[in-house]
Amino acid sequence: MNYVPGTASLIDDIDKKHLVLLRDGRTLIGYLRSIDQFANLVFHQTVERIHVGKKFGDIPRGIFIVRGENVVLLGEIDVDKPCDTLLQQVSIEEILEEQRLQQQAKQETEKVKMQVLKDRGLSIPKADNLDEY
Amino acid sequence: MLLTLALPCRCVFQLFYSFFKSLVGKDVVVELKNDLRLGYLNIKLTDISVTDPEKYPHMLSVKNCFIRGSVVRYVQLPADEVDTQLLQDAARKEAMQQKQ
Repeated sequence: MNYVPGTASLIDDIDKKHLVLLRDGRTLIGYLRSIDQFANLVFHQTVERIHVGKKFGDIPRGIFIVRGENVVLLGEIDVDKPCDTLLQQVSIEEILEEQRLQQQAKQETEKVKMQVLKDRGLSIPKADNLDEY
Repeated sequence: MLLTLALPCRCVFQLFYSFFKSLVGKDVVVELKNDLRLGYLNIKLTDISVTDPEKYPHMLSVKNCFIRGSVVRYVQLPADEVDTQLLQDAARKEAMQQKQ
């Protein structure tokens, strides 16, 4: 990952505040403390941020070790750039409730969609299993 | 250099992310570093902007990011940036070498 000129390295990102997107859709924000060649990451003072619409909530998680295969992307958070202008921070209970409602609504539409497809004799497999390698 | 990345995601939400790299002046600032590791290309993007800011609010304060190669489905580049003739010849040569 490093010591070869022109390669992408995470070494320079150490000790900086980062946002990591995981494959299961979760967002973690914390200080990147350690890396390795598989993009396994160690986060310090981690916070799990849940976004629902224009609201978001932070759940403090402490120290996190993320296995590289679950990482989608890792982005450095620019502390100078204003980010909270459009978003409204709410309490943990509230955001969890909002998330639950959002999941419910999604599941309902999914069910309706599946039913419609079934009626037409089509079935689309869920993307969960498609990317196994 | 315009760059669009579509990322597959094993989550139920079927997230789709697109990022564009802005062109800085006349020079194409290729801040794209591809790292060949275990056959996968990790990508580092600088100066990103998201096409769908409504759907992905977390990216508002992120300017630079690192993308794990294994999640990239494809990379879309502007046609004028790529010399297809050169690429074709190089690929052909590579294939010939491999055969030998």
